[in-house]
Amino acid sequence: MSGIVTQRAKSAQRRDTQVGESAFVRVLLIAIALGFLGIFLVAPIATIFSAAFSKGVEPYWTALTQDDTVSAIWLTLLTAGISVPLNVVFGVAAAWLISKYDFWGKSVLVTVVDLPFSVSPVISGLIFVLLFGARGWFGPFLSEHDVKIIFAVPGIVMATTFVTFPLVARELIAVMQAQGSDEEEAALTLGASGLQILLRITLPKVRWGLLYGVILCNARAMGEFGAVSVVSGHIRGLTNTLPLQVEILYNEYNFVGAFAVSSLLCALALVTLCVKKVAEWSVSSRQAKRDASARALAVPASTAVNLEGMLP
Amino acid sequence: MRLKTRGVLPGFGLSLGYTVFYVGLLVLLPLSAMIIKASSLGPSEFWSKVTDDRALAAYKLSFGSAFAGSLLNAVFGVLVAWVLVRYRFPGRSIVDALVDLPFALPTAVAGIALTTVYAEHGIIGEQLAKIGVKVAFTPLGVTMALTFIGIPFVVRTVQPVLEEIDPDVEEAAAVLGASRFQTFRRVIFPALLPATLTGFALAFARSLGEYGSVVFISGNMPMRTEITPLLIVTKLEQYDYAGATAIAAVMLLASFGMLLLVNLLERWARRAEA
Repeated sequence: MSGIVTQRAKSAQRRDTQVGESAFVRVLLIAIALGFLGIFLVAPIATIFSAAFSKGVEPYWTALTQDDTVSAIWLTLLTAGISVPLNVVFGVAAAWLISKYDFWGKSVLVTVVDLPFSVSPVISGLIFVLLFGARGWFGPFLSEHDVKIIFAVPGIVMATTFVTFPLVARELIAVMQAQGSDEEEAALTLGASGLQILLRITLPKVRWGLLYGVILCNARAMGEFGAVSVVSGHIRGLTNTLPLQVEILYNEYNFVGAFAVSSLLCALALVTLCVKKVAEWSVSSRQAKRDASARALAVPASTAVNLEGMLP
Repeated sequence: MRLKTRGVLPGFGLSLGYTVFYVGLLVLLPLSAMIIKASSLGPSEFWSKVTDDRALAAYKLSFGSAFAGSLLNAVFGVLVAWVLVRYRFPGRSIVDALVDLPFALPTAVAGIALTTVYAEHGIIGEQLAKIGVKVAFTPLGVTMALTFIGIPFVVRTVQPVLEEIDPDVEEAAAVLGASRFQTFRRVIFPALLPATLTGFALAFARSLGEYGSVVFISGNMPMRTEITPLLIVTKLEQYDYAGATAIAAVMLLASFGMLLLVNLLERWARRAEA
């Protein structure tokens, strides 16, 4: 799943083959594929929105402006507001490290960065309970100093940061590795400092990968359920994020409320998918432009873009 | 790749230090806390906790439905990737974007939506009820939720490989008299196999630990529709930290095993491409 943006950049130029299936087989295969995706993807989305508005717009609005829901929205924004910037800074540092240097233990580091992906969300919550819970490693120390982490906001932020931690890094690693370091090295010979290279060459170069990484990280941070559910304690109005609020409303048979909150999160997911699509398009058009300018100048592609970047 | 040695760009020390510090604090410290806690149990206590009947039933359901869901994804994932890469039809790029939905949609939202779709009065559940198939609150429902969660994995691993396959090879096969199906079975399928297996393994690993989308549709009956992550949560809620940790350690071991398998498969896939 790595390098979603870069992988897809190549897809633009595919020539049509002379051999192929008959029109009947094509239509049949398309119909089966769309049927599968329709059952598994479209039906749930349609259900979310139709259930949310099943009683009209007013109950929908009432459900969203209920006190508990509003405080869940604030807590969710706060959590994402802390976790996402932390993971962005880490993502840039880790991607710089992994794509620009070779060093001993690099592949181990890459595996460790991906670890939170292969750990069950429930376990991601459990490990923080074992560290900071009442009977955890730091439990006695924390209760002595009257600090609450588990069943409180800090625990929610930690679990969310853990779960969303590889998302920015792996997008950036893939994009940075694909683009190479020629421009950065040229800037270095021209006397740029490390910070200048990062801010004026590297980050502009990877901006679409970065944007998608941030948006995906944000969507996942706002939507994390399993890990947050373990550490939150489900205190209404205090430690409930939006997905936990969905669970509570659903279990109380308040379906309009549950689906109204869900529709917000679903809209966020759909926006995330749009950003990804736009990012793919701009990467492939950048690639095409790069190829064209390289051909026009009849010099290696990297040098051509270099000049482009260096000019004021 | 010009950077054979360490590399000339500045910032190695800073980025290495920060990355290792952050990874250590946020990932390695908590995970090792869990492993130490699990190993403090003592072998016989650990063994009895991870092999009691309820835990065994949960493993069976988790592994079984994750396997079934991923298998379904392996078949349909290759088909979806094929259709998206090879055919042009209206709305193709929307469909392509939609494949990532399970990756972006919060699991709890997916859970209640799938439950509603497959409940007795849901749009699909109603049709299935007529032919006597019950999905919600059965192991079949768990499989459905895990299929949903795994959709992007096979599609996204197979798609780039399919794009890279040289049309010349297929033309050659056709010229030599192979039927379209023979070409697929003998030429295309072997090229896609490593990527398909990688996608399958990724989907399986993700499904094993999945919690949010399953808890609503499964009904959570102990011994029947209780998945392993739910069992961990239940034990935590009863303050049985030792029991929860022991079962979590088993699941963690399983995910590490899957991680290793995925790495081996990816290495095989790279060799197959070269």
